[in-house]
Amino acid sequence: MSINIVLAILATSLATYISRFLGVTTSKKVKENSKIFRWFNCLAYSTLSALLARIIIFPAGVLAEVDYFIRFIVVFICIILFLISKKNFVYPTVLSALLLALLN
Amino acid sequence: MVNIKYFLKGFVSIKGADSPAIALFASFVAIGALFKTIGLNIHESIFSTFLTYALPGSLIMAESLIVGASLLNIFLAVWLVNARLYPMTVSLFPLLEHKSQPRLKYYLACHFIAVSAWLIMKENYKSVQRKYRLDFWIGVGVANLSVAVSATAFGFFIADYLNKDMMIGLAIVNPVYFSCVMVGAMKTIEMSLAVILGSVLGVLFYFVSPEWCILFSGFTAGTLAFFIGELNVN
Repeated sequence: MSINIVLAILATSLATYISRFLGVTTSKKVKENSKIFRWFNCLAYSTLSALLARIIIFPAGVLAEVDYFIRFIVVFICIILFLISKKNFVYPTVLSALLLALLN
Repeated sequence: MVNIKYFLKGFVSIKGADSPAIALFASFVAIGALFKTIGLNIHESIFSTFLTYALPGSLIMAESLIVGASLLNIFLAVWLVNARLYPMTVSLFPLLEHKSQPRLKYYLACHFIAVSAWLIMKENYKSVQRKYRLDFWIGVGVANLSVAVSATAFGFFIADYLNKDMMIGLAIVNPVYFSCVMVGAMKTIEMSLAVILGSVLGVLFYFVSPEWCILFSGFTAGTLAFFIGELNVN
């Protein structure tokens, strides 16, 4: 390992905290009922969705070893289950791990 | 200081039926096991989750350590992937503003911003008096961070007993949980567009720039969704 682990952890934490910190600074000026607030709400959800899509289609780590078609099918089935189970979160999350183990 | 009553109310909200606790636990068990595999010790693993508390960033750090990337590279890569925390903060903290709360408390409490706690707060803020929302939020945050830290330690200790299939199983739980959350959030045209465009552009922009794709697509999709939503209202 070429670099110090503790320094890497500190760099990671700092890089993460910056966005939170700047967020608080901006929040001071943003009113709850303003259009800016609604715009940021859209940005938050679309950025999260983009990150999710990237994790599912182009994953890092162990998920990369699963065929992308299988990953896609698992997520798809779980979303369908979520919708037909009247938006229950427990069934799809538990099923996802089992399904992946079964298909992989 | 922190109002204990509201802090505890926030703390126990992690027990709810739609709580992210299972997904959070599964993914941090996987991170703990990964940390052990790449050579961190238990203190470093706990220290990392406690200080960073944002999964994609920790994953990038782990991968960078494996390939021996420079500190600056780690910093930039993590900053890019975790920049989503900025719009998440701005879409949550105005709801917690109250003049009776000291400013410093907001700067400390923002450490708890991660998608799990953020979601609980978005769902529950209306039921809490404005004056105490920050205390409630700190309770939610501490509960989530405790789950993440204990899961990391647990994952570290059971790493030797986890085979590759189990690691893969743990890794899919979090993306599936949050896909369901995103589908559940599609209640208005604006929100549906933000989620759908965000996912589609997130994939398309990856071919242009894997590093910048989350920010680019999030910004483009969110802005488009907002303006189309505005047109629709008028």
